[in-house]
Amino acid sequence: MAASKSYRLDTLSLHAGQQPDAEFGARAQPIYYTTSYVFPDTDHAASLFNMERAGHVYSRISNPTNSALEERIAALEGGVGAIATASGQAALHLAIATLMDAGSHIVASGSLYGGSHNLLSYTLPRFGIETTFVNPRDVDAFRAAIRPETRLVFGETLGNPGLDVLDIPRVAALAHDAGLPLLVDSTFTTPYLMRPFELGADLIFHSATKFLGGHGVAIGGLLVDGGSFDWDKSGKFPTLTEPYEGFHGMVFTEESTTAAFLLRARREGIRDFGACMSPMNAFQIMQGIETLGPRMQRHIENARAVVKFLDASDAVSHVVYPELPSHPDHELAAKLLPNGCGAVFSFELKGGRDAGRRFIETLKIFSHLANVGDAKSLVIHPATTTHYRMDAAALRKAGIAEGTVRLSIGLEAADDLIEDLARALRASQKV
Amino acid sequence: MFTTVAGRKTYAYTANKPLDSSLPAIVFVHGAANDHSVWSLQSRYFAYHGWSALAVDLPGHGRSEGAALDSIAALAQWLVAFLDAVNVTQCYIVGHSMGSLVGLETAARHPSRVNGLALVGTAVPMQVSDVLLKTSAANDHLAYELINTFAHSPRAQLGGNRVPGAWMLGNNMRLMERSANGTLYADFSACNDYKDGLDAAKKVQCPVLMILGQRDLMTPPRAASQAAGSFSEVRTVILEGAGHSLMSEQPDAVLDALIGFVDTTRTTPA
Repeated sequence: MAASKSYRLDTLSLHAGQQPDAEFGARAQPIYYTTSYVFPDTDHAASLFNMERAGHVYSRISNPTNSALEERIAALEGGVGAIATASGQAALHLAIATLMDAGSHIVASGSLYGGSHNLLSYTLPRFGIETTFVNPRDVDAFRAAIRPETRLVFGETLGNPGLDVLDIPRVAALAHDAGLPLLVDSTFTTPYLMRPFELGADLIFHSATKFLGGHGVAIGGLLVDGGSFDWDKSGKFPTLTEPYEGFHGMVFTEESTTAAFLLRARREGIRDFGACMSPMNAFQIMQGIETLGPRMQRHIENARAVVKFLDASDAVSHVVYPELPSHPDHELAAKLLPNGCGAVFSFELKGGRDAGRRFIETLKIFSHLANVGDAKSLVIHPATTTHYRMDAAALRKAGIAEGTVRLSIGLEAADDLIEDLARALRASQKV
Repeated sequence: MFTTVAGRKTYAYTANKPLDSSLPAIVFVHGAANDHSVWSLQSRYFAYHGWSALAVDLPGHGRSEGAALDSIAALAQWLVAFLDAVNVTQCYIVGHSMGSLVGLETAARHPSRVNGLALVGTAVPMQVSDVLLKTSAANDHLAYELINTFAHSPRAQLGGNRVPGAWMLGNNMRLMERSANGTLYADFSACNDYKDGLDAAKKVQCPVLMILGQRDLMTPPRAASQAAGSFSEVRTVILEGAGHSLMSEQPDAVLDALIGFVDTTRTTPA
């Protein structure tokens, strides 16, 4: 029997979306640092504006470098296309704004990145969009929270800070039963560790700032459409299924059977809200994606080595990592994340805030900052930084202890990381 | 727009414009396990350039009800019933792959109704490989995977699309996956069993355009040459580097070939 020829992740990471430059043969993706594009004639211009021809008009709406990045992530995720945005937050906002209006409702995991939680908790209600947060480990809670006006179910592939593993097959199934799409933030896992569309998710976004870029130099987001959700059948999404006066009465689901969501997101959301990605950032993120496979493999190897070390340390009360049998999602992780559970995790240091402070200040290789997913190892102690205003009780409510430390494991030699941590752990326990 | 053909609800994309009987009509017919959306760019162009453009969903495809028809003769009969339903007496027909055979048979049966015929990614006869027939008969997902491999040129396997942010292989896969079980097999059987193509070609009286992909593995250019010799008036455009998914691989080149064809063969200006 003949075999199909679909390229694998490491090949797509290097090649998808890009052809050698036709003009000069440049092998690397050229950076099209231009705002706009010369029209050959007036009819061609009108055809481009009216979506009768393929091409670019203005770089807020699309750009050749961004387009190559968008194709690449769509290929890696197994979707139909993508839109590059100014940040991961812009990607989340674009998804929500494309799907719903004031009066709509979202059901979201309660274990979200702080920025996403803030958007849903405080900012979107100002625009008439409410969110109910549920425990991501309680699949029935998602179902119970769905209302007639619900338009989206949302969670992170690996939640924050407890690394809750979202049971995508079950949550997607209940969302689909209610005629709703499931959006996942796949920042912590990347397509190397999980391809959420294959598990049932409908939309994916990334903070490409993190593992996809990997270098910590460029902020960016990517919103990917799986192309399977049937907007017409659902009947809950007039933005996609009814004429849009902002574009000649276009009905997006008639225009594109598979990519109606992306069409509306580009023709309205990116055009009108304008949170586009810079072509320079798109280039830099593409450079990161080229080495996604080898980097993620190393991230995971290092993370596993560090988890093992910390789990055995007397200075550590416990480590939160789904590959450990003590983690509540251990079995689910083995099923959904067989290649690893990411390289961002937290552990609890004995000795509270003071121990945490001494630990952080003794580290030499780990950088103390508020980011994750860098090639360099990173550390943060929430009780003395991001959450320093909270007392112990408030911290506990947020799932954080006074001794909680979050690590993002980079690509350094694992032994150097472990030696650095060992030194800092010893310092943390000195009274 | 929706209409009724043989008692079944039937959809045709018109770029959200009402049909205008004072304009010349151009009808686009998709291929196996596809729908009208494969023509979205090209049909939209014609709809905004003085034509009544109709990109149909064949029975059992896209938004059209019914089961897929399993012979080219039945599909040609259906297409004429569709034209009657929308009061189109004469038109250009543009067909891709299986749709090209539907156009060919329609033009042969009803020469007075077809002013021009564009065959995109065509082969006459259109033999379908055993592996595709077997896998599609079994509703095996491998059939879609093989099509994606065969239907895109080596270049297109890695993208580099002109449509911003669109991943061609993903789009084509999701479109095929929307087909009901049995649809792809009915389509492939219709293509494979159509033995009258060369005779039909001799009966065609209108000008014919063939748009072929140089790297097309499903309908390689040589498979269209015999039919080309049977038409009374034919021109052939071979798109360099293109595979079988011509409208997504080289959308502007397909459109430009169609514009050139209608501009030089129309008897009445738009």
